[in-house]
Amino acid sequence: MLKTFKLGGVHPPENKLSADKEIQVLPLPKSVFIPVAQHIGAPATPTVKRGDEVKVGQVIAKSSSFVSTNIHSSVSGKVKKVDFSEDSSGYPKQGVFIDVAGDEWIDEIDRSEELAREFDIDGAEIIKKIQEAGIVGLGGATFPTHVKLVPPKGMKAEVLLINGVECEPYLTSDHRLMLEKADEILVGIQLLMKALNVEKAVIGIENNKPNAIQLLSEKTKNYKGILVQPLKVKYPQGGEKQLIKAVTGKEVPSGGLPIAVGAVVSNVGTAFAVYEAVQKNKPLFERVVTITGKGVSQPSNFKVRIGTSTSELVESAGGLPESTGKVISGGPMMGRAIASLEVPVTKGTSGILIMKEEESKRKDYIACIRCSRCVSVCPMGLEPYLLMTLSQKQIFDRAENDRVMDCIECGSCSYTCPSDRPLLDYIRFGKGKVGQIIRSKKK
Amino acid sequence: MSKLLIVSPSPHVHSDDSTQKIMYRVVLAMIPALAWSVFVFGLDALRVTIIAVLACLAFEFLIQKYLIKVKPTVTDGSALITGILLAFNVPSNIPWWIIVIGSLAAIGIGKLSFGGLGHNIFNPALVGRVFMLISFPVQMTSWPVNRQSGIDAVTSATPLGIIKEGISNGTPISEISQSLPSTFELFWGGIGGSLGEISAVLLVIGGLYMLYKKVITWHIPVSILATVGVIAGIFWMVNPAIYINPLYHILTGGLMLGAIFMATDMVSSPMNPKGQVIYGVGIGVITISIRLFGAYPEGISFAILIMNAVTPLINYYVKPVRFGGK
Repeated sequence: MLKTFKLGGVHPPENKLSADKEIQVLPLPKSVFIPVAQHIGAPATPTVKRGDEVKVGQVIAKSSSFVSTNIHSSVSGKVKKVDFSEDSSGYPKQGVFIDVAGDEWIDEIDRSEELAREFDIDGAEIIKKIQEAGIVGLGGATFPTHVKLVPPKGMKAEVLLINGVECEPYLTSDHRLMLEKADEILVGIQLLMKALNVEKAVIGIENNKPNAIQLLSEKTKNYKGILVQPLKVKYPQGGEKQLIKAVTGKEVPSGGLPIAVGAVVSNVGTAFAVYEAVQKNKPLFERVVTITGKGVSQPSNFKVRIGTSTSELVESAGGLPESTGKVISGGPMMGRAIASLEVPVTKGTSGILIMKEEESKRKDYIACIRCSRCVSVCPMGLEPYLLMTLSQKQIFDRAENDRVMDCIECGSCSYTCPSDRPLLDYIRFGKGKVGQIIRSKKK
Repeated sequence: MSKLLIVSPSPHVHSDDSTQKIMYRVVLAMIPALAWSVFVFGLDALRVTIIAVLACLAFEFLIQKYLIKVKPTVTDGSALITGILLAFNVPSNIPWWIIVIGSLAAIGIGKLSFGGLGHNIFNPALVGRVFMLISFPVQMTSWPVNRQSGIDAVTSATPLGIIKEGISNGTPISEISQSLPSTFELFWGGIGGSLGEISAVLLVIGGLYMLYKKVITWHIPVSILATVGVIAGIFWMVNPAIYINPLYHILTGGLMLGAIFMATDMVSSPMNPKGQVIYGVGIGVITISIRLFGAYPEGISFAILIMNAVTPLINYYVKPVRFGGK
C-alpha cells in the first residue's frame, strides 16, 4: 500500500531528465579545492600545508570536535595552498587547493568492485570507522553520521529509515545509486542497523521510481529486517520529519529530534558510503552528482571527486548552455543558486541544476489575497502568510509563538503562492532573528 | 567568466497558478447563473450586470489613479467579480443610478478605503448590497416576475417575503404554501428574486467547479447550509404549523449565492479549515435567526458581514493543525 505524510505538500513538475542515465565516472580534474567545512558542525582543522604530497584517501583536515568530521583528499598530487575560496553558500571558506598528479590511492583502500557482503565487526567499531571516513548525511543536510548513530542518553532507536525518496525535482543521483548499487546499499543498511542495534529498517521510495522499488523489494528478501515502503509522490517527502510520518505514522514533536519517536533517518547515498567505509576502508571523497536542466545538452549522473569545480562538471555534460540564467547547487526547491562556476562539489552536493534565463527570474509580487494556500500546503502546519508579515514587521515574539522555528524551509509556500509573494525569504529572516533571540536568552 | 549568473534564495521554481487565474475561475463559475438570469429576466439582467461591472472597474481605476495615486489594478479580476456579485444581489428592474451608487460603496468604501485587494475586512459586494438595501429599500425589494413562471404580473414578493408576511399575519404555513413556488421550482430556478439567486442548481454547479479547481474548499458552504438546515429542521419538527421545512430554507433566497460565492470570498474569510467551519456555522446561525425572528425576510448578507468582522479574531485564535502536536 502506498503511504505518504498527511499535512500539506505540493507537486512540482518532476522533470527527472537524467533518470535513465547510468552513473559515469567524471574524468579526473586538474586541480581541486576541498573546503574543510562540508558538514553541519565545527569546521575540520587542516593538517597539510603548501607543498605537501597527498594521496587519494589521505586525511587533509582533522575533525575538531564531536560534531565535526574528517576531510580526506580526493586526488593525489601536491598541495598548492591552504586558503579561502567561495563555496555554494557564497561565502569564502577555508579549504585545501591541490594540483592533481596521477591517481595514487592510500594502500588501505580495497579498490575491487566485488561485493563484500559478510562482516564481523561490532557496533562501536562500525561507528568509529564511519567517523574516521568522514561520512555525513548525503541527502543534503550533511549532518555527521556518527553523531546520529549515538542516541542521547535515555533514548533508544527502534527503526532505521532509509531515505530513497529524492523528492526534489530534477535530481536522480539517489535513484541511479539504488539501481546500480542496490546490494552495496543493503549491506550499508545492515551495518547501520548493527551500529544502532535495531532489528528493523525501512527504505522509503516514491512510486515515480518503480524500477528502484521493484529491484530493492526483490533484493531485500535476502536481507533480514529490511523492508521497502513505496510512497505516493509528494514534496517534501524527503524531509526527515515527513518521511518518518509517512512510514511510521509518528510525528516528531516540535523542536525534537527523530530519535524522540525512536527513528533514525539516513539517505541511501549515506548507506552506500557506510558500506564503502566499513567494507572497503574507503573514506568519503567522491559522490554521485546529477547535472541537469532543460537547456543542458546531456543531462547526466557522474561519480565526482569532492573538490571538483562546478565548471568541470558542466563541461562534461555538454558545456554551459547559451540560455543559462541560474546555476543551482542542489534541487530547484531547496538548492542554492551559486554565483560562480568555481564553486566546488562538496559532500552535500546532490546535483547541479542549470536553469534557463526565462525560468530564473522571479515575477513581481502582488497583494496577498488570503487564499490560504500557503497554510494548506505547509507540511509543518504553519501559517506562512502570517509568519511573513510578523517577520516583515519584526514582531518576533509572536513569530516564535506561531512556531517560526518549526519551518523546514521546504519552499512549498513560496512555490504555491498565486501572488508570487516571497514568503520563505521573509520567514528565513524571521527564523534567523528568533534563533538569535532564543540563543541570547539561554546565555 | 563572462556570464553573470542570477542568484536568489530558494525555491527556484514556481507553480504556474496566479491570482488573476483564480479570479477568472470565479468569474467562469458565475457564468451559468448569469446566463440563466438573462434568460429569465431578459436583457434587463444583462443591462444591470454590465452597468455594475463597468461602474466597479471605473471606480477602482479612478480612485486608485486620481485619489490615492497608486498604480491601478483593474486587470486583476477582483473588481470584475465584485461587479457581477453586486448585480447578482439586485432585482433586474433596479434603476441604473442605484447600481452606480452601490458600486461606489462597494469599491470605494468596501475595498479601497481598507487598502485595496487583500486588505478589505468585508466582502465589497456585500457592503454595496447592504448600502443599497438600507438606502433604497423599495427599489431593492420589488422583484420582477420570472418569465418562466407564467404568472401574469409585473412584480412579486420572494418566497421568503411571502412566508414572513403570512406568519406575521397569523396565517398557518399550510395556507401560505399554496401561494409559494414548489421546492422543485426553487431548485432549478423558476422563481422571482435577485439576478443571481434564483437557480440553486446552477449556483451549485458553479460551486462544484470552484471546488474542483481548488478555488474554494467545502468547509464554508457546507457548514453554512448544514447549520441552516439543522436549525430550520428543529423548528419545523417542533411546530410545522408556523415553520416551513428546512429544504425550503436552504433553497430560497440568497442562501446558495451567499454560501457558495459570497461567504467564500478569500480575502474576508478565515485562513484554515477549523476557522472556516466556525465562520460557516456562525453565518448559518445568524442567517436563520434573522429569517425566523428578525424584521427582514432574508439575513444572509448581514450574517456574512457580521462574520467577516469576526474573521480576524478567528484567525488570531484558531490555528491550523500543527505538525508534531501542540
